[in-house]
Amino acid sequence: MSESLAGRMPAPPRGAGPAYGQQGSSANLADILERVLDKGIVIAGDIQINLLDIELLTIKLRLLVASVDKAKEMGIDWWEHDPSLSSRARPAQETGNHPAREAEAGTGRNALAEENEQLRAELARLRAVAGLPGSAAADAQAAPAEEEERR
Amino acid sequence: MNTGPHASVGAPGGGIGEMSYVYAVGRAGPALDGLAARLPGVDGRPLRPVEGGGLCALVSGVPSDTFSEQGLTAQMEDLDRLEAVARAHHAVVDAAFAETSVLPMRLATVYLDDARVADMLVRQRSEFRELLVRLEGHVELGVKVYADPRTAAAPAPATVTPSGAGAGRAYLRQRQAQQRDSQDAYRTASELAARAARLAEGVAASRAVHRPQQGQLASRPGVNVVNEAYLVPREHTERLRRELSALAEDVPGVAVEVTGPWAPYSFATAVTAEGADGGGPR
Repeated sequence: MSESLAGRMPAPPRGAGPAYGQQGSSANLADILERVLDKGIVIAGDIQINLLDIELLTIKLRLLVASVDKAKEMGIDWWEHDPSLSSRARPAQETGNHPAREAEAGTGRNALAEENEQLRAELARLRAVAGLPGSAAADAQAAPAEEEERR
Repeated sequence: MNTGPHASVGAPGGGIGEMSYVYAVGRAGPALDGLAARLPGVDGRPLRPVEGGGLCALVSGVPSDTFSEQGLTAQMEDLDRLEAVARAHHAVVDAAFAETSVLPMRLATVYLDDARVADMLVRQRSEFRELLVRLEGHVELGVKVYADPRTAAAPAPATVTPSGAGAGRAYLRQRQAQQRDSQDAYRTASELAARAARLAEGVAASRAVHRPQQGQLASRPGVNVVNEAYLVPREHTERLRRELSALAEDVPGVAVEVTGPWAPYSFATAVTAEGADGGGPR
C-alpha cells in the first residue's frame, strides 16, 4: 500500500540540490511514526484522537515490537540453554520451573547470586543422586534465604 | 453541531460524507498552491490549498466514516493501515518542506469541512507565523546511537555443553565475559553519544530527545541507547551529518545513524491555546 502510494508520488521537485526532502518514501517507519504520532503541531481538530489514546497506541507499538525475538537477540534468553536451570538438571520437585523468576534472574541479578543458585541446584542434584534424605527440608530452609537474595 | 475537542461526529447517512484532513500549514502563496496541484494525500486523494489569515493549509478529503473518532481509532490499531496513513502524511509534509517552510501537523488532524480549516487558520495565525519565523531556514536531523555488544568482541567460541559439577562455573565464566563485552559496548555508546551531543550543540538551534527505539521497528542491530533530534541551520546540515556519521567509524560495538533532513516535526510541537482549551468557534 505504502509502496504503491510512494510509486504514485511524482518525483520530488528539483530545486537547487538534493539537500532536503528526499526521504518521503524511504524513511524508516519507526522514525516517521515517532514524528507524526508524537510530534508536529497539535491543534484541536473537529475530529480528534484523544491524546491519551495516542499515548496508549505508542506504548502498544513499543510492546508489540519488543518481541521475544528481540529479547533473544539481546541475550536475555540464556535460561533456556542453561543446563543447571533446565528441568533435566533440577530435582523433581523444582521442575515446576518459574519462567518469570528465571527471566528476572537473567536480567537483574548479580553474578554472586547466580552462582549461589547454581551451587544450590548442584547440591540438591547431588543429594538426590546420592539418595540422601532431607532435600525437601533443605529447600524449605533455603527458601527464606533465597527471598533475601532477591532484593 | 458538537464542536468539543473530542466531539464524536458520527457518519450520518452511512458514511457518505467527506471531511478535511490537514497535513501542513505554511504561508499562502504560489508554492503551496503548486504543491497541492500535484501531490496526492492519504489514499491518493488529491490535495487542495485552503487559505485563511494569510496562511495556507494543505488539505485533502477523507471519508467521514473511517476518519470519525471511532474510525480513526480502528485505523490506528491496524499497523499496516497506520503505516499507509503515516507515510502518506509524511510524504506530503516532506515534499512541501522541500520547497517552502511548513509546519507539520500531528497525524490525523481532521476538520468537518474546509470552512472550519480556514477558521482555524485565522484563529491560529499569530502562533503559526511566529513558529514559521522561528523554524525558517532550519531542518531537523535525527541522531541515533546504538550499542551492539555482538560486534564489540570476537564471538565466543562454540560452547561444548558442559555437564557435571563444572557446568555452573563454566557457564558463569562465559556469562561474565559476555556481560563485560556488553557493558563495554554500552559505556562506549554513551561516551560517543555525549560527543555527538557536543558536536551538534555547536551548530544546532535546539535539541529534542526522543525515546530510544526498540524491536522490529528499530530495524537495526544492536540496542538504541540515544535517540535525539537537532534543529540545524540548513547550511550546516551536510557538514554536521558528515561529522556525526564519522564519530563511530572504526569504533567496534557502537553505531551512529543520522536521519533526515526532516521537516522540523520535533520542534513544531507547541500545543496551541486552542489545542489546550479545547477550541471551538468563538
